[in-house]
Amino acid sequence: MENPSTEIQEAVALESSELLSWYRKMVEIRLAEDKIMEIYMRGLVPGTVHLAQGQEGVAVGANAAIDLDDWYVCTYRGHHHSLARGIGLESFFAEVMGKAGGVCHGMGGTSYVVDASLGMLSQPAIIGAGIPLGTGAALSAKIRGEERICITFFGDGACNIGAFHEALNMAQLWKVPGVYVIENNQYGEYTPYRMASALSGDLAHRAEAYGMANQVVDGQDALAVYAAVREARSRALAGDGPTLIEAKTYRYRGHSRTDPGKYRPEGELAAWKLRDPIEILGSRLEAEGFLSEDLAESIKAEIQARIDAASDAAELSPWPTFEEAESYVFAE
Amino acid sequence: MSSQSNQEGQVVELTYRESIRAALEDSLEEDHDVVLLGEDIAAAGGPFKTTDGLLDKFGENRVIDTPIAENGFAGIALGMAMTGLRPVVEIMFSDFLPVAYDSIAMQMSRLRFMSGGQTSAPVTVRSSGGAGGRFGAQTSSTGESWFLQFYGLQIAVPSSPQSAYGLLRTAIRENNPVVVFEHKALHSLKGPVARGDSDLPEIGKAETLRSGSDVTLVGSLLMVQRALEVADDPEIGGIDPEIIDIRWVRPLDLSTIRKSVEKTGRLVIVEEQYHDGGWGASVLSRLILDGTTFSTPPICVSMPEILISHSPVIEDATIPNHERIKDALIRSMEA
Repeated sequence: MENPSTEIQEAVALESSELLSWYRKMVEIRLAEDKIMEIYMRGLVPGTVHLAQGQEGVAVGANAAIDLDDWYVCTYRGHHHSLARGIGLESFFAEVMGKAGGVCHGMGGTSYVVDASLGMLSQPAIIGAGIPLGTGAALSAKIRGEERICITFFGDGACNIGAFHEALNMAQLWKVPGVYVIENNQYGEYTPYRMASALSGDLAHRAEAYGMANQVVDGQDALAVYAAVREARSRALAGDGPTLIEAKTYRYRGHSRTDPGKYRPEGELAAWKLRDPIEILGSRLEAEGFLSEDLAESIKAEIQARIDAASDAAELSPWPTFEEAESYVFAE
Repeated sequence: MSSQSNQEGQVVELTYRESIRAALEDSLEEDHDVVLLGEDIAAAGGPFKTTDGLLDKFGENRVIDTPIAENGFAGIALGMAMTGLRPVVEIMFSDFLPVAYDSIAMQMSRLRFMSGGQTSAPVTVRSSGGAGGRFGAQTSSTGESWFLQFYGLQIAVPSSPQSAYGLLRTAIRENNPVVVFEHKALHSLKGPVARGDSDLPEIGKAETLRSGSDVTLVGSLLMVQRALEVADDPEIGGIDPEIIDIRWVRPLDLSTIRKSVEKTGRLVIVEEQYHDGGWGASVLSRLILDGTTFSTPPICVSMPEILISHSPVIEDATIPNHERIKDALIRSMEA
């Protein structure tokens, strides 16, 4: 795996407050997903949940590398993205509970928490569906002559579906300002990605079939993700075409709530947890004197209190009405 | 091919094909966010010549040739529509629509709802379908009812040059996804077309093309033209049909149909599709559920349960024709 250039590391490391805010955001995502499980067990979350614990570094590192004006497309496993992008905890939890106070007024639920005002376009449940959509958003920026890109996240499983190949071909053909990030969390639902891919190498190298720039990064290192996305964004804005980034990461939980992940080889989860994205950034901050055990504890306590308060408030949000829901089908 | 640009109120004689082109040209002219994309539509002027000359006039940023990758570029169009553009996608044959089902049926129709009304998708999907060209089982369907269960999509079915112009203009202006089914066998049909913005059809409004008192004849696309021909056939012996062109599969204009049936007491539905799961079945069931009464049993002239063949004899026996429509009309008066 390639490491971020020292220049970028230094540039970022200088801004300790910036890195500390990444750290806080990752802790927020981790604890928010713990909270989701807690309230799920209390019957407050309809349906199922798809957690992204272990993948926080990808969302936080990538989001730090782009602008608020950029378009953002991810997937149904999207809590980390929704929070990294900046959705408030209360409207986040209300959405997870299917309440009217949710950012999507309860229509999206736990797998669709998007805020259009933050450039978030979609978190489709259909594998690969976001890749053409994100390509269209990028093409739109190009046609309209806007200084913005679209970043599109999807899993390793999506690399095997037609939409991936069709969209990447057109993205490169038209040199759209797009950044594509494979969150390779090692499993497409229950199946290891290597059992689903004919090529034994990295998924990022599939971009070579289209002559597209590509890079493999350590998805557990938010700084490495940041550096790769930043470089890809600059390339896109310079008109030099899109980039496919593969962030190697790991899904601590099973595919969805009912999946205990028993298909994983013994010791695999433990080995990945040794490379936890929060720990990696935390250690870096500690080494540079910006974080101490005490500070880490107080950050955690403060965020936990905010999460508890947000979840409690969301519980009080009313259910959406049928009339309200009907009004969301068609635009005026 | 008319090279004149949009002139308010001007009535010109155009073919259905030219009307489509005129609607696209006037839409591109009217709104800078309108962008066309599809296979062979730019440099080649369109597989059915419905985009001829538009690349030269509007440039490669607005008239875009795509690879043969329907699901991919339909999804790209959706992304464009959600970020400020108003794309019009051409899916060459209706039979290629299933290739793009995820992007059209599942994504275009649902994202607005899922976002709680935050996003919208002003995208038009155009596709040419219909039998009669001896194109066989994979390039002859109208496809007009395939999206009925995907609520969130509007569906237009133009039956004439005027209708092709107007419905397409309205579809492109609509802030929701619209699928427009054109009919290959109508491409060369000529008729008067009022170009311009003043009299564009309302979304979801059927059109009564012939007033009559004996029987209500409801159809779409090519079947409307066939119904009009049957109405002029002396062999129907003075039967006076009222002919309604549905124009929109969704929103379906039941009230126009109901009012007509209340007047005539009789109903014949003519559709170039199978009856099961089609708009014709919906019209019938909704009228029955509403308590509409009929003086004779309603008749549906649809496709028999066979696939559309390359072989002329089989294709001709499959698509509702003049004789079958005429017989249905006569039978509707008898019971």
